[in-house]
Amino acid sequence: MIELLTQPWSWWFSGAMIAATMFFLIFFGQSFGFSSNLKTICSAVGLGKTNKFFDFNWKSQMWNLVFLIGAILGGFLTKQFLSTDVPVQIAQSTIEDLSKLGIGAPESLQPAEIFSLEAMLSLKGFMILAFGGLMVGFGSRYANGCTSGHAISGLSNLQIPSLIAVIGFFAGGLMMTFLIMPLIF
Amino acid sequence: MKFIKFLLLGIVFGIVMTKSEAVSWFRIQEMFRFQAFHMYGIIGTAVTLGVSGVALIKKFNLRDYQGNQIVFSPKDKSVSRYLLGGSIFGLGWALSGACPGPMVVNVGYGYWAMAIVFFFALVGTYLYGVLKNKLPH
Repeated sequence: MIELLTQPWSWWFSGAMIAATMFFLIFFGQSFGFSSNLKTICSAVGLGKTNKFFDFNWKSQMWNLVFLIGAILGGFLTKQFLSTDVPVQIAQSTIEDLSKLGIGAPESLQPAEIFSLEAMLSLKGFMILAFGGLMVGFGSRYANGCTSGHAISGLSNLQIPSLIAVIGFFAGGLMMTFLIMPLIF
Repeated sequence: MKFIKFLLLGIVFGIVMTKSEAVSWFRIQEMFRFQAFHMYGIIGTAVTLGVSGVALIKKFNLRDYQGNQIVFSPKDKSVSRYLLGGSIFGLGWALSGACPGPMVVNVGYGYWAMAIVFFFALVGTYLYGVLKNKLPH
């Protein structure tokens, strides 16, 4: 049993668990959309005073902030109790493509070239993290949702706007992967 | 106490995202290069079950735990905001290898660099609030 839990989980089980998470949130009277938390935090720290977009009753979103705290704990618990820290088993073709960008084959969950403390404290490394986050935050609010809100919740409800957003996610992702990353790495 | 269920769901979500490796930058690169089925399998399974479940909830007018009818509100109609906003999101997703949920899961896992990504996602969200009225929607 423990072995079953500590090895990486299959795509079908993981996908089913994500759908289950969404349905439990619906059953509890809420919806699955993670990026709303970013807006809520902006409001909670008082940015509603300078910008009315953030002037709303953020406490009504407390349930989602608690979900966020849970997600952090989930990452922590996995690292402590359910992890074997095996390198991510990505495709050989991806390993070869990434090596051309100077990213080595996986040794754990994330590439040290981007997420080690050393990379984080270098100017270039910091800029990559900062711009990545900036675009995710800006884009998710502009598109009114992220992967959970559009790709999972929205598509499950057959929303055309969500399909357009997901097409956008891939348009941007492909542009970054094939046009921009070769220039910056 | 009324929040404990959301805490537990968040914990499950964090564990699933980590154990499925969906929080890994490597997996996101593999997805955008179309070199494995893994991420498509995860999202495809979730959406297939999601579509079926939402249809059942609507067909049988199912209620939530408090007995209220479950309603799904349609998203506002637009093309430009979803396409432009989505594309900017995608640029960031491919670069940082994480959408907002996986960012915080990674912080819990011990990747402090993801706290920087998350902080700047907050800055980006605020920037949207500032520029909102100047953008096509």
